Amino acid sequence: MASDLRRFIGPDLSDDGIGIMHVDMDAFFASVEIARDPSLRGKPVIVAGLGPRGVVAAASYEAREYGVHSALPTAVARRRCPHGVFITPTVSYREVSRAIMAIFREYTPHVQPISVDEAFLDVSGARRLIGTPVAIARAVRERVRAEHGLTCTVGIASTKFLAKLASEASKPDGLGVVPVATELEFLHRLPIRSVWGIGEKTAEKLTRLGLRNVGDLARLDVDSLAAAVGTAGAEHLYALSRNIDPRPVRPERVEKSISGETTFDRDAPDGSVWGPVLLELSRKVASRARAAGWAGRGVTVKIRFGDFRTITRSRTLAAPTDVGHEIYAAARDLADAAATAPVRLIGVRLDHLVEAAAVGRQVALGEPEHGWRDIETVIDRASAKFGKGAVRSAGRLERPDSRVDTPKPGNPGR
Amino acid sequence: MKFQVDRDTFADAVSWTAKSLPARPSVPVLAGARLSVDDGKLTISGFDYEISTRVTVEVTGESAGTALVSGKLLAEIVKALPNKPVDFVVDGPHAELTCGSARFTLPTMPLEDYPSLPQMPEAIGTIDADEFARAVAQTAVAAGKDETLPTMTGVQIEMTGGGIGMLATDRYRMAIRDSTWEPGASDVAVTVLVPAKALADTARTFGSHSGPVTIAVPQNSEGAPGMIGFTAGGRQTTSRVLDGQLPPLRSLLATSYATTLKVRTADLIEVARRVALVGDRNSPIRLSFDEDGLVVEAGGAEDAKASEGMDCSLDGEPGKIAFNPTYLLDGLSAMDAPYTAFKMNELGKPVVMTGQPAPEDEESDTNHDVYLYMLQPLRWDA
Repeated sequence: MASDLRRFIGPDLSDDGIGIMHVDMDAFFASVEIARDPSLRGKPVIVAGLGPRGVVAAASYEAREYGVHSALPTAVARRRCPHGVFITPTVSYREVSRAIMAIFREYTPHVQPISVDEAFLDVSGARRLIGTPVAIARAVRERVRAEHGLTCTVGIASTKFLAKLASEASKPDGLGVVPVATELEFLHRLPIRSVWGIGEKTAEKLTRLGLRNVGDLARLDVDSLAAAVGTAGAEHLYALSRNIDPRPVRPERVEKSISGETTFDRDAPDGSVWGPVLLELSRKVASRARAAGWAGRGVTVKIRFGDFRTITRSRTLAAPTDVGHEIYAAARDLADAAATAPVRLIGVRLDHLVEAAAVGRQVALGEPEHGWRDIETVIDRASAKFGKGAVRSAGRLERPDSRVDTPKPGNPGR
Repeated sequence: MKFQVDRDTFADAVSWTAKSLPARPSVPVLAGARLSVDDGKLTISGFDYEISTRVTVEVTGESAGTALVSGKLLAEIVKALPNKPVDFVVDGPHAELTCGSARFTLPTMPLEDYPSLPQMPEAIGTIDADEFARAVAQTAVAAGKDETLPTMTGVQIEMTGGGIGMLATDRYRMAIRDSTWEPGASDVAVTVLVPAKALADTARTFGSHSGPVTIAVPQNSEGAPGMIGFTAGGRQTTSRVLDGQLPPLRSLLATSYATTLKVRTADLIEVARRVALVGDRNSPIRLSFDEDGLVVEAGGAEDAKASEGMDCSLDGEPGKIAFNPTYLLDGLSAMDAPYTAFKMNELGKPVVMTGQPAPEDEESDTNHDVYLYMLQPLRWDA
């Protein structure tokens, strides 16, 4: 990054008044492979089709130094980087992608995935409830690292266009805030070729006119631009060079769910062992639903037996809930009926999600004003302050032989 | 076995029995209607171990006997017959039905596999059929449909020397209806929890026959009665009863209410239905009221939104309250009164709905206090 750019973009600059985030996974496919097999770390990893007509799907940053990039024919990549580790995809990147998008959705419902490895988030509405854009960006980056062993780069700016440029300028494993007060200073210093939304041909024409960076572009009026690139193109460039990008972050309508599961070190023989774990999972799922402002009507229990046979059982509640105790009541009922053998893995999922603020909470007649939900909210706060596990249900205290994994977000309902 | 019967009489009887037969019987014979002829009478019965039905009609030209045929099929056939006498003859594995020039042959089902119907227990009192139908309909609407909470799927019938009360709840709303009846003895004190759906079906069909409905409950005094029976106009039905009892619902009623909002029932139903169009069944319907009137709203933020104002009379503080639209409309539709009063205390506490006479008809002797519907408003947590 040019040194004078650093005055206008960086992790510690002001995020006042801006709330559009662009999150881009770093060398996504290659990083997923490295997370799966840590012995690959630090090596030039190239995920590619290995047949005679194969192309590179992704290259780690180590491999990129040899000029290997995606869409390069594998044969060329082999010549450029003969000692590279060439592998074919081993896991479903889409699954990982879904899980990561689900993390984003815990912070805001306004998530617009644009491919498997990048998404726009509008977190401007989350400032008071969850935190500033920078705080959310740090939390997202940390969770993606902790839960998936992957790094990502986040750009934060006032528009989608600029947020994307901000993440590009901060790669890899970076965080770039473009403060609104000096956003044009940042934008105008970028070379025209690097600007997203300006095609190869257009960039060539502009270069021939002696325009090098976006600032040169901004100094031209629309008519002069139109002479070079046509009316439509000119208006587009004019808007881009002034950071005029009114496009909102459009959330993709997806079947959302929040889930968590636990694998036992030794198969759990009966409900006295898996029951407390299911309660804790239910509480965690509820806690995450509350944090994200969701409530759900569907409760699904997943059970994998010792022989790896896996079943799921679902129930629809009468009213949407974000209370762990209520999720557990349904989940326990389902699990009691279904767990006919020792259990290797147990999981619970809350789906048919709705925005809690939009639907309110249908409590039972005469239900006290302060019930389980308040208890769980207190636990949320205590855990936020003193760390996870600061408050746990008594039933879990004497069970050192099982382990509750971090609940995995995802939307397996396809 | 054979008989001749009037087409309309036969059609009524068969369709009534067939209605309570299981769609997917656990044993094939349970889909059967049992026809039994003796001494100028035909008895048609059905039973699925939960509900039994029995109806007796007059026939002519009979020879005694019993047969079991598919109830649904028989009902379909009889409904389609021309209005002429129906002849029914059973010959071995087949039953033959003729009516005018139409002729049907049906297979019969093995009688030896068919369970014997429960005996009608001892009568403990009678209630007017129309009143019975109304009371059941007004309470069954609040019963739960969640089979995992079986207690909540019932209507609790409380019968005493002083009256008969029906109660139901699905935890989120409840309905209570008090009626008068003719108890068999002044010291009757029986409470039964009857599956709401079956009860509602029974009450509806009995309601079209004016006259008394006889209620019968076994008097074995040992725990739950196990079943309940109803008889009216040649029709008998028994139902299994549910275990357990509803929570003490009457104790949820407050002794006084700070605010009363009165609206025209039909107007609010119309407005609420219209406004609810913008949401789904879980989208709240919001009521804001003050001296100037009532505004009903739904939807909002990024979704479609609707609002409509209407007249109301308010006694108390202006306020805002939100309900699940289905629960609200269920209550209003059951109200059976020209006006509805919403009685409220502080926000978030259950709201009671009762019927009210029209203002121009305050002198009417219709007692609207016999029915109340209580529902829990939606809450928003900080």
